[in-house]
Amino acid sequence: MIEIDGLTKKFGQFLAVDNISLTVPKGEVLGFLGPNGAGKSTTMKMVMGFLPPTSGTARLCGHDILTDGLAARAMAGYLPEGAPAYSDMTPIGFLKFAAELRGLSGAARDKAIERAMEQTQIGEVRLQPIETLSKGFKRRVGLAQALLHDPAVLILDEPTDGLDPNQKHEVRRLIEGMAADKAIIISTHILEEVDALCTRAVIIAQGRLLADARPEELHAMAPGHNNVSLLLPEAQATTAETALAALAGVERVEKTSADGAARLVVVPQGRASIVAAVTEAVRSGGWSAADITVDQGRLEDVFRHITLDTHRAA
Amino acid sequence: MNKTLAVFKRELAGYFATPVAYVFITIFLVLSGALTFMMGNLLGRGQADLQPFFNFHPWLYLVLIPAISMRLWAEERKSGTIEMLLTLPLTQCQAVVGKFLAAWAFTGIALALTFPVWITVNVLGGPDNGVIFAGYIGSLLMAGGYLAIGSALSAITRNQVIAFVLTAAVAFVFTVAGTPMVLDFFSGWAPAALVSTVASLSIMTHFQAIQTGVLDLRDLIYFVTLIALFLYANALILDLRKAD
Repeated sequence: MIEIDGLTKKFGQFLAVDNISLTVPKGEVLGFLGPNGAGKSTTMKMVMGFLPPTSGTARLCGHDILTDGLAARAMAGYLPEGAPAYSDMTPIGFLKFAAELRGLSGAARDKAIERAMEQTQIGEVRLQPIETLSKGFKRRVGLAQALLHDPAVLILDEPTDGLDPNQKHEVRRLIEGMAADKAIIISTHILEEVDALCTRAVIIAQGRLLADARPEELHAMAPGHNNVSLLLPEAQATTAETALAALAGVERVEKTSADGAARLVVVPQGRASIVAAVTEAVRSGGWSAADITVDQGRLEDVFRHITLDTHRAA
Repeated sequence: MNKTLAVFKRELAGYFATPVAYVFITIFLVLSGALTFMMGNLLGRGQADLQPFFNFHPWLYLVLIPAISMRLWAEERKSGTIEMLLTLPLTQCQAVVGKFLAAWAFTGIALALTFPVWITVNVLGGPDNGVIFAGYIGSLLMAGGYLAIGSALSAITRNQVIAFVLTAAVAFVFTVAGTPMVLDFFSGWAPAALVSTVASLSIMTHFQAIQTGVLDLRDLIYFVTLIALFLYANALILDLRKAD
Protein backbone atom coordinates (compact mmCIF):
# COMPACT_ATOMS: atom_id res chain seq x y z
CA MET A 1 0.00 0.00 0.00
CA ILE A 2 2.95 2.28 0.60
CA GLU A 3 5.61 1.98 -2.07
CA ILE A 4 8.71 4.10 -1.74
CA ASP A 5 10.74 3.95 -4.89
CA GLY A 6 14.30 5.27 -4.89
CA LEU A 7 13.51 8.45 -2.99
CA THR A 8 16.43 10.85 -2.93
CA LYS A 9 16.63 14.39 -1.60
CA LYS A 10 19.51 16.79 -1.89
CA PHE A 11 19.60 20.15 -0.15
CA GLY A 12 22.29 21.89 -2.16
CA GLN A 13 25.32 19.64 -1.80
CA PHE A 14 23.92 17.88 1.27
CA LEU A 15 22.46 14.47 0.57
CA ALA A 16 19.61 14.19 3.09
CA VAL A 17 17.97 11.06 1.76
CA ASP A 18 19.91 8.62 -0.37
CA ASN A 19 17.94 6.33 -2.65
CA ILE A 20 15.53 4.76 -0.18
CA SER A 21 13.16 2.09 -1.45
CA LEU A 22 10.73 0.04 0.57
CA THR A 23 7.23 -1.34 0.47
CA VAL A 24 4.80 -1.49 3.35
CA PRO A 25 1.88 -3.88 2.77
CA LYS A 26 -1.46 -3.78 4.55
CA GLY A 27 -1.28 -5.01 8.12
CA GLU A 28 2.28 -3.93 8.67
CA VAL A 29 3.52 -1.34 11.18
CA LEU A 30 6.90 -0.14 10.02
CA GLY A 31 9.15 1.62 12.52
CA PHE A 32 11.48 4.29 11.13
CA LEU A 33 14.52 4.45 13.39
CA GLY A 34 17.50 6.69 13.15
CA PRO A 35 19.41 9.45 14.90
CA ASN A 36 18.23 13.04 14.65
CA GLY A 37 18.91 14.43 11.21
CA ALA A 38 19.08 10.97 9.65
CA GLY A 39 16.45 11.81 7.05
CA LYS A 40 13.39 10.22 8.65
CA SER A 41 11.19 13.32 8.55
CA THR A 42 12.48 14.35 5.14
CA THR A 43 11.50 10.94 3.78
CA MET A 44 8.04 11.19 5.32
CA LYS A 45 7.58 14.70 3.90
CA MET A 46 8.43 13.42 0.45
CA VAL A 47 6.09 10.45 0.77
CA MET A 48 3.28 12.88 1.64
CA GLY A 49 4.15 15.11 -1.30
CA PHE A 50 5.11 18.06 0.86
CA LEU A 51 8.72 18.08 -0.30
CA PRO A 52 9.49 17.38 -3.95
CA PRO A 53 12.10 14.59 -4.19
CA THR A 54 15.30 15.18 -6.13
CA SER A 55 14.64 11.80 -7.70
CA GLY A 56 12.45 8.78 -7.12
CA THR A 57 8.82 8.76 -6.09
CA ALA A 58 6.31 7.18 -3.74
CA ARG A 59 2.91 5.60 -4.29
CA LEU A 60 0.10 5.45 -1.77
CA CYS A 61 -2.52 2.80 -2.60
CA GLY A 62 -1.28 2.89 -6.18
CA HIS A 63 -1.53 6.68 -6.56
CA ASP A 64 1.75 8.33 -7.44
CA ILE A 65 2.42 11.24 -5.12
CA LEU A 66 4.04 13.29 -7.89
CA THR A 67 1.56 12.78 -10.72
CA ASP A 68 -1.62 12.00 -8.78
CA GLY A 69 -0.95 13.82 -5.54
CA LEU A 70 -4.49 14.74 -4.62
CA ALA A 71 -5.73 11.15 -4.74
CA ALA A 72 -2.60 9.88 -3.00
CA ARG A 73 -2.96 12.38 -0.15
CA ALA A 74 -6.63 11.53 0.20
CA MET A 75 -5.63 7.93 1.00
CA ALA A 76 -3.32 8.90 3.82
CA GLY A 77 -3.49 10.30 7.32
CA TYR A 78 -0.38 12.25 8.25
CA LEU A 79 0.92 13.52 11.55
CA PRO A 80 3.75 15.95 10.76
CA GLU A 81 6.72 16.35 13.06
CA GLY A 82 5.72 18.36 16.12
CA ALA A 83 1.99 17.86 15.47
CA PRO A 84 1.31 21.37 14.16
CA ALA A 85 -2.23 22.69 14.55
CA TYR A 86 -3.85 26.12 14.35
CA SER A 87 -3.32 27.37 17.88
CA ASP A 88 -6.23 29.81 17.89
CA MET A 89 -8.73 27.07 17.06
CA THR A 90 -10.42 24.60 19.36
CA PRO A 91 -9.87 20.87 18.72
CA ILE A 92 -13.41 20.52 17.44
CA GLY A 93 -13.06 23.51 15.13
CA PHE A 94 -9.73 22.22 13.87
CA LEU A 95 -11.13 18.76 13.21
CA LYS A 96 -14.15 20.22 11.43
CA PHE A 97 -11.82 22.18 9.18
CA ALA A 98 -9.72 19.10 8.41
CA ALA A 99 -12.87 17.01 7.83
CA GLU A 100 -14.23 19.51 5.32
CA LEU A 101 -10.95 19.43 3.42
CA ARG A 102 -11.26 15.64 3.47
CA GLY A 103 -14.60 16.03 1.75
CA LEU A 104 -16.67 14.99 4.77
CA SER A 105 -19.79 16.97 5.57
CA GLY A 106 -22.98 16.84 7.60
CA ALA A 107 -23.65 13.78 9.73
CA ALA A 108 -20.70 11.83 8.28
CA ARG A 109 -18.37 14.63 9.32
CA ASP A 110 -19.73 14.81 12.86
CA LYS A 111 -19.55 11.05 13.22
CA ALA A 112 -15.95 10.96 12.00
CA ILE A 113 -14.98 13.72 14.42
CA GLU A 114 -16.65 11.99 17.37
CA ARG A 115 -14.90 8.73 16.54
CA ALA A 116 -11.49 10.36 16.18
CA MET A 117 -11.93 12.27 19.45
CA GLU A 118 -13.01 9.10 21.18
CA GLN A 119 -10.03 7.16 19.85
CA THR A 120 -7.55 9.79 20.93
CA GLN A 121 -9.41 10.73 24.12
CA ILE A 122 -9.50 14.46 23.57
CA GLY A 123 -13.23 14.91 24.21
CA GLU A 124 -12.70 16.74 27.48
CA VAL A 125 -10.73 19.57 25.83
CA ARG A 126 -12.83 19.83 22.69
CA LEU A 127 -13.73 23.48 23.31
CA GLN A 128 -10.41 24.78 24.62
CA PRO A 129 -8.12 26.75 22.32
CA ILE A 130 -5.33 24.46 21.14
CA GLU A 131 -2.66 26.92 22.32
CA THR A 132 -3.76 26.36 25.93
CA LEU A 133 -3.47 22.58 25.72
CA SER A 134 -0.65 20.48 27.17
CA LYS A 135 1.89 18.89 24.85
CA GLY A 136 0.21 15.51 25.23
CA PHE A 137 -3.19 16.84 24.22
CA LYS A 138 -1.73 18.78 21.29
CA ARG A 139 -0.09 15.62 20.01
CA ARG A 140 -3.36 13.74 20.29
CA VAL A 141 -5.25 16.50 18.47
CA GLY A 142 -2.77 16.07 15.62
CA LEU A 143 -3.29 12.33 15.77
CA ALA A 144 -7.07 12.76 15.68
CA GLN A 145 -6.64 14.85 12.54
CA ALA A 146 -4.64 12.04 10.92
CA LEU A 147 -7.22 9.39 11.85
CA LEU A 148 -10.26 11.43 10.93
CA HIS A 149 -11.11 9.74 7.64
CA ASP A 150 -10.05 6.23 8.74
CA PRO A 151 -7.29 6.21 6.11
CA ALA A 152 -5.77 3.12 4.50
CA VAL A 153 -2.30 4.59 4.99
CA LEU A 154 -1.03 6.23 8.16
CA ILE A 155 2.23 8.13 8.34
CA LEU A 156 3.04 9.32 11.83
CA ASP A 157 6.16 11.32 12.63
CA GLU A 158 6.92 10.66 16.30
CA PRO A 159 3.36 10.01 17.43
CA THR A 160 4.25 9.44 21.07
CA ASP A 161 6.75 12.24 21.54
CA GLY A 162 5.81 14.32 24.59
CA LEU A 163 3.29 11.86 25.96
CA ASP A 164 3.50 10.42 29.46
CA PRO A 165 3.89 6.62 29.85
CA ASN A 166 0.15 6.03 30.19
CA GLN A 167 -0.65 8.11 27.12
CA LYS A 168 2.11 6.37 25.19
CA HIS A 169 0.55 3.07 26.09
CA GLU A 170 -2.87 4.30 24.92
CA VAL A 171 -1.53 5.55 21.60
CA ARG A 172 0.33 2.29 21.00
CA ARG A 173 -2.80 0.31 21.77
CA LEU A 174 -4.73 2.55 19.39
CA ILE A 175 -2.24 2.00 16.58
CA GLU A 176 -2.12 -1.74 17.27
CA GLY A 177 -5.89 -1.89 17.14
CA MET A 178 -5.94 -0.31 13.68
CA ALA A 179 -2.93 -2.12 12.28
CA ALA A 180 -4.74 -5.08 10.73
CA ASP A 181 -6.30 -3.20 7.83
CA LYS A 182 -3.84 -0.35 7.35
CA ALA A 183 -0.30 0.23 6.23
CA ILE A 184 1.43 2.28 8.90
CA ILE A 185 4.78 4.02 9.13
CA ILE A 186 5.84 5.55 12.43
CA SER A 187 9.11 7.25 13.17
CA THR A 188 10.49 7.16 16.64
CA HIS A 189 13.58 7.51 18.78
CA ILE A 190 12.09 5.28 21.41
CA LEU A 191 13.39 1.83 20.76
CA GLU A 192 11.05 0.05 23.13
CA GLU A 193 8.30 1.28 20.85
CA VAL A 194 9.65 -0.96 18.12
CA ASP A 195 9.21 -4.02 20.32
CA ALA A 196 5.84 -2.87 21.56
CA LEU A 197 4.35 -1.91 18.24
CA CYS A 198 6.21 -2.60 15.04
CA THR A 199 6.09 -5.66 12.89
CA ARG A 200 9.13 -4.44 11.02
CA ALA A 201 11.80 -1.83 11.55
CA VAL A 202 14.22 0.03 9.34
CA ILE A 203 17.24 1.94 10.56
CA ILE A 204 18.22 5.05 8.66
CA ALA A 205 21.38 7.06 9.19
CA GLN A 206 22.85 9.76 6.99
CA GLY A 207 19.98 9.31 4.61
CA ARG A 208 20.73 5.67 3.90
CA LEU A 209 18.70 2.62 4.74
CA LEU A 210 21.02 0.45 6.83
CA ALA A 211 18.80 -2.28 8.21
CA ASP A 212 15.38 -3.61 7.36
CA ALA A 213 14.22 -6.43 9.59
CA ARG A 214 11.63 -7.70 12.03
CA PRO A 215 12.26 -6.54 15.61
CA GLU A 216 13.40 -10.01 16.71
CA GLU A 217 15.88 -10.12 13.85
CA LEU A 218 17.24 -6.77 14.97
CA HIS A 219 17.63 -8.15 18.47
CA ALA A 220 19.62 -11.03 17.03
CA MET A 221 22.17 -8.52 15.76
CA ALA A 222 22.83 -7.24 19.25
CA PRO A 223 26.26 -8.02 20.72
CA GLY A 224 24.97 -9.86 23.79
CA HIS A 225 22.17 -11.72 22.05
CA ASN A 226 21.55 -15.23 23.52
CA ASN A 227 24.12 -14.82 26.27
CA VAL A 228 23.02 -17.00 29.19
CA SER A 229 23.57 -15.62 32.64
CA LEU A 230 23.64 -17.82 35.78
CA LEU A 231 23.85 -16.92 39.44
CA LEU A 232 25.65 -19.65 41.42
CA PRO A 233 27.13 -20.00 44.91
CA GLU A 234 30.84 -19.15 44.85
CA ALA A 235 31.75 -22.72 45.86
CA GLN A 236 30.28 -24.20 42.68
CA ALA A 237 31.36 -21.43 40.36
CA THR A 238 34.80 -22.63 39.35
CA THR A 239 33.63 -26.15 38.50
CA ALA A 240 30.70 -24.77 36.59
CA GLU A 241 32.88 -22.33 34.70
CA THR A 242 35.11 -25.10 33.41
CA ALA A 243 32.22 -27.40 32.57
CA LEU A 244 30.27 -24.71 30.73
CA ALA A 245 33.29 -23.55 28.77
CA ALA A 246 33.70 -27.11 27.53
CA LEU A 247 30.15 -27.29 26.13
CA ALA A 248 29.74 -27.39 22.37
CA GLY A 249 28.89 -24.02 20.86
CA VAL A 250 30.21 -21.97 23.79
CA GLU A 251 32.74 -19.35 22.93
CA ARG A 252 33.73 -18.30 26.45
CA VAL A 253 32.44 -17.89 30.00
CA GLU A 254 32.81 -14.65 31.92
CA LYS A 255 32.79 -14.76 35.71
CA THR A 256 32.19 -11.98 38.22
CA SER A 257 31.96 -12.54 41.97
CA ALA A 258 30.16 -10.61 44.67
CA ASP A 259 28.86 -11.41 48.19
CA GLY A 260 29.74 -15.10 48.11
CA ALA A 261 27.91 -15.63 44.84
CA ALA A 262 29.22 -15.66 41.30
CA ARG A 263 27.58 -14.60 38.09
CA LEU A 264 28.61 -16.57 35.05
CA VAL A 265 27.83 -15.24 31.61
CA VAL A 266 28.01 -17.91 28.93
CA VAL A 267 28.72 -16.36 25.55
CA PRO A 268 27.70 -18.58 22.63
CA GLN A 269 29.48 -18.81 19.29
CA GLY A 270 27.74 -16.77 16.61
CA ARG A 271 24.94 -15.64 18.99
CA ALA A 272 23.24 -19.06 18.68
CA SER A 273 20.77 -20.21 21.29
CA ILE A 274 22.49 -22.39 23.93
CA VAL A 275 20.07 -22.10 26.81
CA ALA A 276 18.97 -25.77 26.51
CA ALA A 277 22.54 -27.06 26.76
CA VAL A 278 23.29 -24.77 29.69
CA THR A 279 20.21 -25.80 31.71
CA GLU A 280 21.03 -29.45 31.00
CA ALA A 281 24.55 -28.87 32.34
CA VAL A 282 23.15 -27.17 35.44
CA ARG A 283 20.86 -30.13 36.12
CA SER A 284 23.46 -32.84 35.56
CA GLY A 285 26.05 -30.89 37.58
CA GLY A 286 23.60 -30.55 40.44
CA TRP A 287 24.41 -26.84 40.80
CA SER A 288 21.99 -24.65 42.67
CA ALA A 289 21.48 -21.81 40.23
CA ALA A 290 19.55 -18.94 41.77
CA ASP A 291 18.54 -17.61 38.37
CA ILE A 292 19.11 -18.33 34.72
CA THR A 293 18.33 -15.61 32.19
CA VAL A 294 18.79 -15.34 28.46
CA ASP A 295 19.87 -11.97 27.12
CA GLN A 296 17.57 -10.87 24.26
CA GLY A 297 20.08 -8.29 23.12
CA ARG A 298 19.39 -4.61 23.49
CA LEU A 299 18.08 -2.68 20.51
CA GLU A 300 20.03 0.32 21.78
CA ASP A 301 23.23 -1.59 21.15
CA VAL A 302 22.15 -2.60 17.65
CA PHE A 303 21.09 0.94 16.92
CA ARG A 304 24.35 2.46 18.14
CA HIS A 305 26.40 -0.19 16.44
CA ILE A 306 24.75 0.35 13.05
CA THR A 307 24.41 4.12 13.10
CA LEU A 308 27.82 4.91 14.60
CA ASP A 309 29.59 2.65 12.14
CA THR A 310 28.19 4.65 9.24
CA HIS A 311 29.15 7.81 11.00
CA ARG A 312 32.75 6.68 11.29
CA ALA A 313 32.86 5.46 7.71
CA ALA A 314 31.62 8.80 6.38
CA MET B 1 -15.09 24.90 -4.32
CA ASN B 2 -16.12 23.50 -0.92
CA LYS B 3 -12.47 23.22 0.00
CA THR B 4 -11.76 26.81 -0.97
CA LEU B 5 -14.75 27.77 1.16
CA ALA B 6 -13.43 25.76 4.13
CA VAL B 7 -10.06 27.52 3.90
CA PHE B 8 -11.83 30.87 3.51
CA LYS B 9 -14.00 30.34 6.59
CA ARG B 10 -11.11 29.23 8.76
CA GLU B 11 -8.93 32.12 7.68
CA LEU B 12 -11.61 34.75 8.15
CA ALA B 13 -12.49 33.37 11.58
CA GLY B 14 -8.76 33.45 12.33
CA TYR B 15 -8.73 37.22 11.84
CA PHE B 16 -11.43 37.68 14.42
CA ALA B 17 -10.01 35.11 16.87
CA THR B 18 -7.71 37.76 18.33
CA PRO B 19 -8.35 41.42 19.22
CA VAL B 20 -5.98 42.40 16.40
CA ALA B 21 -8.86 42.44 13.92
CA TYR B 22 -10.84 44.93 15.98
CA VAL B 23 -7.79 47.07 16.63
CA PHE B 24 -7.04 47.06 12.92
CA ILE B 25 -10.58 48.05 11.93
CA THR B 26 -10.56 50.82 14.53
CA ILE B 27 -7.26 52.20 13.27
CA PHE B 28 -8.49 52.05 9.69
CA LEU B 29 -11.71 53.89 10.52
CA VAL B 30 -10.03 56.54 12.68
CA LEU B 31 -7.27 57.17 10.17
CA SER B 32 -9.54 57.32 7.15
CA GLY B 33 -11.89 59.60 9.05
CA ALA B 34 -9.14 61.89 10.28
CA LEU B 35 -7.52 62.15 6.85
CA THR B 36 -10.83 62.81 5.13
CA PHE B 37 -12.11 65.48 7.46
CA MET B 38 -8.90 67.17 8.55
CA MET B 39 -6.43 66.90 5.70
CA GLY B 40 -8.99 66.38 2.95
CA ASN B 41 -11.22 69.13 4.27
CA LEU B 42 -14.37 67.25 3.30
CA LEU B 43 -16.72 69.70 4.98
CA GLY B 44 -15.00 72.98 4.06
CA ARG B 45 -14.65 72.48 0.32
CA GLY B 46 -18.35 72.85 -0.29
CA GLN B 47 -18.77 69.84 -2.56
CA ALA B 48 -20.99 66.85 -1.88
CA ASP B 49 -18.72 63.99 -2.93
CA LEU B 50 -16.24 61.55 -1.40
CA GLN B 51 -13.20 62.62 -3.41
CA PRO B 52 -11.17 63.57 -0.30
CA PHE B 53 -12.13 60.26 1.31
CA PHE B 54 -11.00 58.04 -1.56
CA ASN B 55 -7.90 60.10 -2.37
CA PHE B 56 -6.17 58.86 0.74
CA HIS B 57 -6.99 55.19 0.24
CA PRO B 58 -3.88 54.22 -1.75
CA TRP B 59 -1.65 55.66 0.98
CA LEU B 60 -3.71 54.20 3.76
CA TYR B 61 -3.64 50.76 2.14
CA LEU B 62 0.09 51.01 1.60
CA VAL B 63 0.56 50.80 5.35
CA LEU B 64 -2.48 48.84 6.48
CA ILE B 65 -2.84 46.12 3.83
CA PRO B 66 0.60 44.60 4.46
CA ALA B 67 -0.48 44.24 8.09
CA ILE B 68 -3.41 42.11 6.96
CA SER B 69 -1.57 40.05 4.40
CA MET B 70 1.64 39.42 6.34
CA ARG B 71 0.23 36.57 8.39
CA LEU B 72 -1.36 34.65 5.53
CA TRP B 73 1.54 32.31 4.81
CA ALA B 74 4.35 33.48 7.10
CA GLU B 75 2.31 32.40 10.10
CA GLU B 76 1.67 28.97 8.56
CA ARG B 77 5.37 28.56 7.98
CA LYS B 78 6.31 29.66 11.46
CA SER B 79 3.87 27.35 13.23
CA GLY B 80 4.49 24.46 10.85
CA THR B 81 0.80 24.19 9.98
CA ILE B 82 1.70 24.70 6.32
CA GLU B 83 2.84 21.08 6.30
CA MET B 84 -0.47 19.92 7.72
CA LEU B 85 -2.48 22.12 5.35
CA LEU B 86 -0.65 21.25 2.15
CA THR B 87 -0.66 17.50 2.83
CA LEU B 88 -4.44 17.52 3.09
CA PRO B 89 -6.16 16.65 -0.18
CA LEU B 90 -6.63 20.16 -1.53
CA THR B 91 -4.87 21.86 -4.41
CA GLN B 92 -2.47 24.70 -3.84
CA CYS B 93 -4.75 26.90 -5.87
CA GLN B 94 -7.64 26.22 -3.48
CA ALA B 95 -5.48 27.06 -0.48
CA VAL B 96 -4.11 30.26 -2.02
CA VAL B 97 -7.46 31.52 -3.27
CA GLY B 98 -9.30 30.63 -0.06
CA LYS B 99 -6.83 32.54 2.06
CA PHE B 100 -6.72 35.50 -0.30
CA LEU B 101 -10.51 35.77 -0.39
CA ALA B 102 -10.64 35.73 3.40
CA ALA B 103 -8.18 38.62 3.63
CA TRP B 104 -10.12 40.45 0.94
CA ALA B 105 -13.41 39.90 2.74
CA PHE B 106 -11.85 41.21 5.93
CA THR B 107 -10.74 44.36 4.11
CA GLY B 108 -14.21 44.61 2.61
CA ILE B 109 -15.73 44.56 6.08
CA ALA B 110 -13.40 47.35 7.21
CA LEU B 111 -14.24 49.35 4.10
CA ALA B 112 -17.99 48.83 4.53
CA LEU B 113 -17.74 50.18 8.05
CA THR B 114 -16.80 53.59 6.64
CA PHE B 115 -20.49 54.03 5.71
CA PRO B 116 -20.98 56.96 8.16
CA VAL B 117 -18.87 59.09 5.81
CA TRP B 118 -21.26 58.25 3.00
CA ILE B 119 -24.25 59.07 5.21
CA THR B 120 -22.64 62.37 6.17
CA VAL B 121 -22.36 63.63 2.59
CA ASN B 122 -25.87 62.43 1.83
CA VAL B 123 -27.25 64.34 4.80
CA LEU B 124 -25.30 67.49 3.96
CA GLY B 125 -25.91 67.52 0.24
CA GLY B 126 -26.94 65.55 -2.81
CA PRO B 127 -23.87 63.62 -4.00
CA ASP B 128 -23.78 61.41 -7.07
CA ASN B 129 -24.13 58.05 -5.37
CA GLY B 130 -23.15 56.28 -8.58
CA VAL B 131 -19.73 57.89 -8.43
CA ILE B 132 -19.43 57.01 -4.75
CA PHE B 133 -20.37 53.41 -5.50
CA ALA B 134 -17.71 53.29 -8.21
CA GLY B 135 -15.26 54.71 -5.71
CA TYR B 136 -15.99 51.91 -3.27
CA ILE B 137 -15.64 49.29 -6.02
CA GLY B 138 -12.34 50.83 -7.09
CA SER B 139 -11.10 50.93 -3.51
CA LEU B 140 -12.02 47.27 -3.00
CA LEU B 141 -10.28 46.24 -6.22
CA MET B 142 -7.21 48.20 -5.23
CA ALA B 143 -7.19 46.51 -1.83
CA GLY B 144 -7.38 43.16 -3.63
CA GLY B 145 -4.33 44.07 -5.70
CA TYR B 146 -2.31 45.03 -2.64
CA LEU B 147 -3.47 41.90 -0.82
CA ALA B 148 -2.43 39.62 -3.67
CA ILE B 149 1.03 41.20 -3.62
CA GLY B 150 1.13 40.76 0.16
CA SER B 151 -0.06 37.18 0.04
CA ALA B 152 2.64 36.17 -2.45
CA LEU B 153 5.37 37.91 -0.48
CA SER B 154 4.17 36.45 2.79
CA ALA B 155 4.78 33.01 1.30
CA ILE B 156 8.48 33.81 0.97
CA THR B 157 9.28 34.03 4.66
CA ARG B 158 8.34 32.73 8.06
CA ASN B 159 8.88 36.17 9.54
CA GLN B 160 5.82 38.40 9.47
CA VAL B 161 7.86 41.60 9.86
CA ILE B 162 9.84 40.77 6.74
CA ALA B 163 6.59 40.01 4.92
CA PHE B 164 5.23 43.39 6.00
CA VAL B 165 8.26 45.38 4.87
CA LEU B 166 8.59 43.59 1.53
CA THR B 167 4.92 44.05 0.77
CA ALA B 168 4.97 47.73 1.67
CA ALA B 169 8.01 48.24 -0.57
CA VAL B 170 6.62 46.42 -3.60
CA ALA B 171 3.19 47.98 -3.12
CA PHE B 172 4.84 51.40 -2.98
CA VAL B 173 6.51 50.81 -6.35
CA PHE B 174 3.16 49.81 -7.87
CA THR B 175 1.47 52.81 -6.33
CA VAL B 176 3.83 55.55 -7.41
CA ALA B 177 4.60 54.18 -10.87
CA GLY B 178 2.05 56.54 -12.40
CA THR B 179 2.87 59.70 -10.48
CA PRO B 180 4.40 62.66 -12.35
CA MET B 181 7.55 62.31 -10.28
CA VAL B 182 8.27 58.83 -11.65
CA LEU B 183 7.01 59.53 -15.15
CA ASP B 184 9.16 62.66 -15.46
CA PHE B 185 12.15 60.57 -14.59
CA PHE B 186 11.41 58.28 -17.54
CA SER B 187 10.03 60.76 -20.06
CA GLY B 188 13.34 62.60 -20.47
CA TRP B 189 15.04 59.71 -22.27
CA ALA B 190 12.79 56.67 -22.54
CA PRO B 191 10.58 55.96 -25.55
CA ALA B 192 6.96 56.97 -25.12
CA ALA B 193 5.87 53.32 -25.15
CA LEU B 194 7.92 52.58 -22.06
CA VAL B 195 6.60 55.64 -20.27
CA SER B 196 3.02 54.66 -20.94
CA THR B 197 3.77 51.06 -19.91
CA VAL B 198 5.14 52.25 -16.58
CA ALA B 199 2.16 54.51 -16.15
CA SER B 200 -0.27 51.74 -16.95
CA LEU B 201 1.28 49.54 -14.27
CA SER B 202 0.33 52.02 -11.61
CA ILE B 203 -2.35 51.06 -9.15
CA MET B 204 -2.97 54.75 -8.50
CA THR B 205 -3.72 55.61 -12.13
CA HIS B 206 -6.32 52.85 -12.45
CA PHE B 207 -7.86 53.61 -9.10
CA GLN B 208 -8.23 57.28 -9.94
CA ALA B 209 -9.85 56.37 -13.25
CA ILE B 210 -12.49 54.26 -11.50
CA GLN B 211 -12.92 56.84 -8.77
CA THR B 212 -14.20 59.40 -11.27
CA GLY B 213 -17.23 57.17 -11.66
CA VAL B 214 -16.24 55.46 -14.90
CA LEU B 215 -15.98 51.71 -14.52
CA ASP B 216 -13.82 51.12 -17.56
CA LEU B 217 -13.26 47.49 -18.56
CA ARG B 218 -9.54 48.15 -18.90
CA ASP B 219 -9.23 49.21 -15.28
CA LEU B 220 -11.20 46.17 -14.22
CA ILE B 221 -8.97 43.90 -16.29
CA TYR B 222 -5.90 45.57 -14.82
CA PHE B 223 -6.89 44.76 -11.23
CA VAL B 224 -8.11 41.25 -12.01
CA THR B 225 -4.85 40.55 -13.85
CA LEU B 226 -2.78 42.02 -11.03
CA ILE B 227 -4.55 39.80 -8.51
CA ALA B 228 -4.36 36.68 -10.67
CA LEU B 229 -0.67 37.20 -11.45
CA PHE B 230 0.36 37.60 -7.85
CA LEU B 231 -1.76 34.68 -6.67
CA TYR B 232 -0.14 32.56 -9.35
CA ALA B 233 3.24 33.73 -8.09
CA ASN B 234 2.05 32.85 -4.61
CA ALA B 235 1.35 29.25 -5.63
CA LEU B 236 4.69 29.06 -7.45
CA ILE B 237 6.57 30.29 -4.39
CA LEU B 238 4.82 27.68 -2.25
CA ASP B 239 5.80 25.00 -4.73
CA LEU B 240 9.42 26.06 -4.80
CA ARG B 241 9.93 26.40 -1.08
CA LYS B 242 7.39 24.57 0.93
CA ALA B 243 9.54 23.61 3.84
CA ASP B 244 11.97 25.96 5.52
